Amino acid sequence: MNSNTSPTKASVIENLGAVRAMIRRHKRNDIIFAIVGLLALMLGLITLLTLFIDLVMDGYARFNPQFFTDYPSRRAASAGLLSAWVGSALVMLVTFLTAVPMGVAAGLYLEEYAPKNWFSDLIEINVSNLAGVPSIVYGLLALGLFVYILDFGQSILTAGLTLGLLILPIVIVSTREAIRAIPVAIREAAYAVGATKWQVVSDHVVKYSQGGILTGVIIGMARALGETAPIITIGALTFIAFLPPSPVTTTPPFINFEWLSSGFTVLPIQMFNWLSRPDHAFHINAAATGAIIILVTLLMNGTAIWLRYKIRKNIKW
Amino acid sequence: MINATTPIKAESRDLNFYYSNGTQALKGINMPLYENKITALIGPSGCGKSTFLRCFNRMHDLYPGNKYDGQIIMHPDNTNILDKGVDPIEVRMRISMVFQKPNPFPKSIYENVAYGLRVRGESNKRLLDDKVEEALKGAALWNEVKDRLQDLAFNLSGGQQQRLCIARALATDPEIMLFDEPTSALDPIATANIEELMSELRNKLTILVVTHNMQQAARISDYTAYMYLGDLIEYGDTDMIFTRPTRKETEDYITGKFG
Repeated sequence: MNSNTSPTKASVIENLGAVRAMIRRHKRNDIIFAIVGLLALMLGLITLLTLFIDLVMDGYARFNPQFFTDYPSRRAASAGLLSAWVGSALVMLVTFLTAVPMGVAAGLYLEEYAPKNWFSDLIEINVSNLAGVPSIVYGLLALGLFVYILDFGQSILTAGLTLGLLILPIVIVSTREAIRAIPVAIREAAYAVGATKWQVVSDHVVKYSQGGILTGVIIGMARALGETAPIITIGALTFIAFLPPSPVTTTPPFINFEWLSSGFTVLPIQMFNWLSRPDHAFHINAAATGAIIILVTLLMNGTAIWLRYKIRKNIKW
Repeated sequence: MINATTPIKAESRDLNFYYSNGTQALKGINMPLYENKITALIGPSGCGKSTFLRCFNRMHDLYPGNKYDGQIIMHPDNTNILDKGVDPIEVRMRISMVFQKPNPFPKSIYENVAYGLRVRGESNKRLLDDKVEEALKGAALWNEVKDRLQDLAFNLSGGQQQRLCIARALATDPEIMLFDEPTSALDPIATANIEELMSELRNKLTILVVTHNMQQAARISDYTAYMYLGDLIEYGDTDMIFTRPTRKETEDYITGKFG
């Protein structure tokens, strides 16, 4: 093509003013969309920020060490979070220990081993669907299965398993996505030197998908930390002024499992409990607890982003 | 003419191949690979040359539904490596492969080369060190990386990465090495290095290379096969194929009238 005789070029020169006006007009859409997008973003962010600042201002008076070392009390000013945060930590431990191995194993199996047919498609749809099941439904399932049939009681074990089931789909989906991000060429390279499927999975697939899996796990855990409905359903809404037995002991075998069957409360339930009292002084405690839950969640999500960055730094494809 | 005294390392007999969607990608291929020679596969895109190459290390077995029909006999043991009773992993332990794009693992240079040995259960540090050095020397990469074996393989240039992949394929002492368009992602200087390397490797093993670059086939190979639409149109001595092809289709392709 000869550009000298291009009719388009000639017409641009002749109508330079009109062309410039047209470009300006078209670019206006860029500006309009940028403003709309920014507004949408701000609306969400500002709402959350306002909520957080409001909680911090309301609960400010209770941000002191005693708040974390005191048991709940009938007097708002001396009531603390001790049993709630210890309960949350132990429940999270059970959740982590069940959801991570099960979720990662299931994700690996579905991606690497499961034959691709209508049945695996069905499972795929169901796993994605599970992530959208209301958490109260998990609570009802847990009440029937863990509390009544398996007789685990209204315990840390029951709560941990329930939340573990709740975040299982999140772990499975993030595991599968992380695995799918590994290029076919890397897999084929490993197979080509004579690796078995398990060698490919353990030497490569698991290692290169760690970042994505970890992100999914932490985001799932952050969700589990704030869950209230299923925990209430299994019957944990209680006033608790004691700690579960310690998982670590000073006498051999230095580890015990009595804490698993202990009664408990968790942070969001403690908050709910205080919020439902008529005395305004307790609402200050509730606000402080809310701020703390949001802070911990932020911290966990921040850690997820940082870990993902660190792990992926050495992996480029 | 083909030298009758050169031993045959492997040969395909009436090889048909079907992808899972039913497409027949190879139609009755009969072709020998002479020992310590380079055989080049040329032909337009989609002619089945990569498909044919990937039959030799049973790469197609990784994807369900693919079907082989016919034989690839490996000598001197006369094993049909396409036989259902032969484990593809066993085949891959004898026949290694270098891919189109450099595909090092996100591991150190050392671990990349040692991986094939680790897969075979080798954990003796001394032996691994020796083998890694030998393979890197064999791939003409040793002098460039000997002081930074623990560096990530991704920090190497494209040409170095491809030589690393050759070292990885070489470390396990394969009998045959497959190259699937090994220089198509490289610049001319890196390409020249790889071609020189392949000529040297011929002394140790048998090479089958797919290339879309006819000059490359003419430069490096001893035998050339021209494929079109899953058929082997012509096979012969490289000089003969490029100077006196017997088939009209081959002549049209190598003279650029078609393709």
